[in-house]
Amino acid sequence: MLTLSHLSKSYSSSRPILQDINFHLNAGEYVAIMGESGTGKSTLLNLMAGLETPDSGSIVIDGHELAQMNDDQATQLRREKMGFVFQAFHVLPHLSVAQNVALPLLLNSVEKQQAQAATMSMLAAVGLADRAHSRPHELSGGEMQRVAIARALVHGPRLLLADEPTGNLDPESADSVMQLLREQIKQSGTTCVLVTHSTRAAATADRVLLLTMQGLIPQGDNVPHTIQS
Amino acid sequence: MQTTALAFTFLLGEFRAHGKRVAIGVIAIAIGVAMGYAVHLINYAASSEFSQAVRSLMGNADLTVRGTRIGFNEQAYPLLARLPEVAVASPVVEIDAHIPQQSEALKIIGIDYFRAQTVQPNMLGHLADENMNEGLDAFHPNALFLSPAALTWLKLKLGDTLAVQVGLEIRQLHIAGTVPAAGAGQRIGVMDIAAAQWRFDRLGLVQRIDLKLRPGVDIAAFQSKIDSILPTGVAAVTPADGERRAANLSRAYRVNLNVLALVALFTGAFLVFSTQVLSVVRRRSQLALLRVLGLTRASLIRWILAEGTLIGVLGSISGLLLGYAVAAAVLDYSGADLGGGYFSGVRPTVHFDIWATVIFFALGLGAALLGSLVPALETARAQPSRALKAGDEENALRRLRSPLPALVLIASAGALCFVGPVNELPIPGYIAIALLLIGSIALMPRLAYAVFSHFPTPTHSASYLAVTQLKGASGRASIGLSGILASFSLMAAMAIMVTSFRVSVDEWLGNMLPAELYMRAAPSGDTAYFSAQDQLIILSTPGIARAEFLRSTHISLDPLRPAITLIARPIDPANPAARLPFIGAVLPSQPLSSTQPITVWASEAAADLHGLVVGKQFMLPLGAHSQSVIVGGIWRDYARQHGALVINLADYRRLTGDERVTEAGMWLQAGTIPAQAVNNLRASLHNNTRLDIAEPGEVRRLSLKIFDRSFTVTYLLEAVAIIVGLFGIAASFGGQALARAREFGMLRHIGVTRRQIGLMLAIEGALLTTLGVLAGLLLGWVIALILIHVVNPQSFHWTMNTHMPWVLLSSVAATLIFAAAITAWLSGRSAMSVQAIRAVRDDW
Repeated sequence: MLTLSHLSKSYSSSRPILQDINFHLNAGEYVAIMGESGTGKSTLLNLMAGLETPDSGSIVIDGHELAQMNDDQATQLRREKMGFVFQAFHVLPHLSVAQNVALPLLLNSVEKQQAQAATMSMLAAVGLADRAHSRPHELSGGEMQRVAIARALVHGPRLLLADEPTGNLDPESADSVMQLLREQIKQSGTTCVLVTHSTRAAATADRVLLLTMQGLIPQGDNVPHTIQS
Repeated sequence: MQTTALAFTFLLGEFRAHGKRVAIGVIAIAIGVAMGYAVHLINYAASSEFSQAVRSLMGNADLTVRGTRIGFNEQAYPLLARLPEVAVASPVVEIDAHIPQQSEALKIIGIDYFRAQTVQPNMLGHLADENMNEGLDAFHPNALFLSPAALTWLKLKLGDTLAVQVGLEIRQLHIAGTVPAAGAGQRIGVMDIAAAQWRFDRLGLVQRIDLKLRPGVDIAAFQSKIDSILPTGVAAVTPADGERRAANLSRAYRVNLNVLALVALFTGAFLVFSTQVLSVVRRRSQLALLRVLGLTRASLIRWILAEGTLIGVLGSISGLLLGYAVAAAVLDYSGADLGGGYFSGVRPTVHFDIWATVIFFALGLGAALLGSLVPALETARAQPSRALKAGDEENALRRLRSPLPALVLIASAGALCFVGPVNELPIPGYIAIALLLIGSIALMPRLAYAVFSHFPTPTHSASYLAVTQLKGASGRASIGLSGILASFSLMAAMAIMVTSFRVSVDEWLGNMLPAELYMRAAPSGDTAYFSAQDQLIILSTPGIARAEFLRSTHISLDPLRPAITLIARPIDPANPAARLPFIGAVLPSQPLSSTQPITVWASEAAADLHGLVVGKQFMLPLGAHSQSVIVGGIWRDYARQHGALVINLADYRRLTGDERVTEAGMWLQAGTIPAQAVNNLRASLHNNTRLDIAEPGEVRRLSLKIFDRSFTVTYLLEAVAIIVGLFGIAASFGGQALARAREFGMLRHIGVTRRQIGLMLAIEGALLTTLGVLAGLLLGWVIALILIHVVNPQSFHWTMNTHMPWVLLSSVAATLIFAAAITAWLSGRSAMSVQAIRAVRDDW
């Protein structure tokens, strides 16, 4: 579903961020990428999203080569096939919860009634059906991240990219959000890349990769469990 | 101390990060201060020069006995001179001489050299050496002394001759010397009084007698004493009264121009307000964090006010420097007349005025501080815990939605419209406009909420995002909306007022110009006229079917006010409305009888300034006599701001014996073309090519051209205010786009293209501007009504009908909506230059 080949990226010649990254992700797989600060986790995520262009190498998503796309084509691909969850929620304050969730459907020109039904169903799935008409400032951090998850998945993306989704949450809310995220992606068969510092969050993934200067190093199946224990 | 250092760092950081925003605020304040300061300096220089000229003419006199422009009998002179309280009495003849080829008249003062040495030493001429050799002295009937400014203006040198028009004749005067003590820009000529009376056909008449009283004489008591012995229309005034009277000539015009110049400062203050509001909204969480960390409310207010202070200080200083330079350049290149015609011919230099400098500095600083005060207070009032949270920005602006303060301001504005002028200036009217403007701006958040919350939500993605933004963040939207409202309403108000005035003047001219051909003895001065003989010639000129003659002169109904114009023209007593555009009731014609007062018709200004109402009787000074008259009606007059009275020409001639006229309106015989009649007239009147002859169409065109020229500065100041307003709109959109960079980042992540964000912003800009323009049009119309029905009648004493310049308003509205959409789109582009990735990584 997602293949990165010989991917390199640097912001200055003296400071390469990513060097010769190779990585393949199957459809429906859920992988967590961990690593120390400054190793390029977020850059990797941005490259996968087509928000940044690599210096060399290729990124293929569902058969589409991202590096060969212009900005509009990459945006179109993001709109149809990707979902995002951010650390800082980024729920639009002037829209209601339901309107926020429905945004990707609107952008994909989904018919109004169908969009409403999908939104309500997604809100129910994340446990916020009764908050559909609330404003974001009326929600807790955990609830806002649920809204963000609902928004990321409402249009049935093929790939979900989550950047530190529990970074702003307390441990209890973080666990609950990660559990919800896993449930939802597994239910919908969405492929997911999670970038996180949190071992608890990473533990919800199918496999964990450690990003280092040497590239992405797979961690053993027991790693998350070890960390969990 | 540490807090101060932190504040400084905070301030510096904000200015560094958003230098353009700060610069726009500084420029707006600078432009506002510069316009106001420049207009003040120009008017100040002109009126100072004018006052100095008045002082210089009155010299050392303790009192001046002044009559009508025609003058009064010189026999008053020995009567006054013999009074025991009078040390010296100096008679003066004042003539506004028409110089052929010049559009302006030359003021010629006829003095008694022996008396003037004591009373008006500045008026004494200095005889050139070569004249002495030729035996020409100051008493020679053709000897004229010119001030240096007059010599320069007329491009003459000592020994040259100057042609002046008297009646239809040309008389030559000899430049015998200079008037070295005349003011720097004062264009005057001085002659011996007897020579002036003789050469200008004013024998037996003087315009004023300046009195130097003996030491110890109570001036006020003496003034009352001689008032009873002076003929009607002649009064004694002090030099201070004279200066006040001179200043009154242009006061309303100067005050109006100053107020107009301050409009740019008002829009500048509003620009600072909108940029500061958006700036503190953008930094709301940062400021809340500082509060959490222990910064007091008072310190936070001081910090934000310090930003405003810096903008105000920089803007004011730049504005003062710019204003001074503009004033100096204008005075140097085009003189002191800003279009009103009050100071044409006056060429003063700019003078530093410390009080005005302090006042305009304070106004600039005050405007910037006022613009920062509301956001500072709101930020300090906000709960830090809530302000730290995402999405609280709209809460910050929610408080603005309360309509109560706005409604109180608007109601107060309404009440002030019914208050009369203060010190003869429409101060309550101006305050009403300011309150109405501030009240309407304060009402905008409510209006934005009311309108946009009921707006149907479209399904197209960019439109959907735009409309939901306006619905959900109406408070933030209203900041931009208010900027549009302020600039468009002021523009619309001025456009409606000027159009109403122009159309009314045009209609009035149509009414006032019934004849087929008009002729003036000269375009300026009071020395040219048509004699009785000339009138007969005109009537018998081939092609002229009939003619109506008009005599125009000045009389004084109140020595402390500028003289009013007395127009003697044929009026049909049974139908005076055939010649005068009356407003209100007109008295039926009075039977001709020696016991009944004769009818005069007062212009609106004369009625307003001198308390004349239909049916009122008063004594009209006419030459050496005064006559009981009754006001038969009030007519509209846009030509004479200080008032005019119309009297039937036959009555005037009967009462004064004055057969001279200054203008003629003529009807042509069937088949005569105007050009042919013009040639015939010139031929009949001694081949006179100087005669000012025009068809009504030409007079109308010329009058409207003068009208437009007199409003040039108004248009210029208004354009500056609009440009500052547009700056405000751009700054407001720019500030909003900057504050929404994270929103754009998120939208880019979820698949919204740059084009769609641009389109969304353009739609927001267009919708917002459309609402702003519609509200601005309504507000502008109300302000125009105040200008037309309150400010104008109180300032200039004339009324007009309201006319809407729909074409102009709709073109400006369309341009503004288009410009706003483009500006919003450009602001978005600038905000999107912040990478989407970086934007979403920022904390809310």
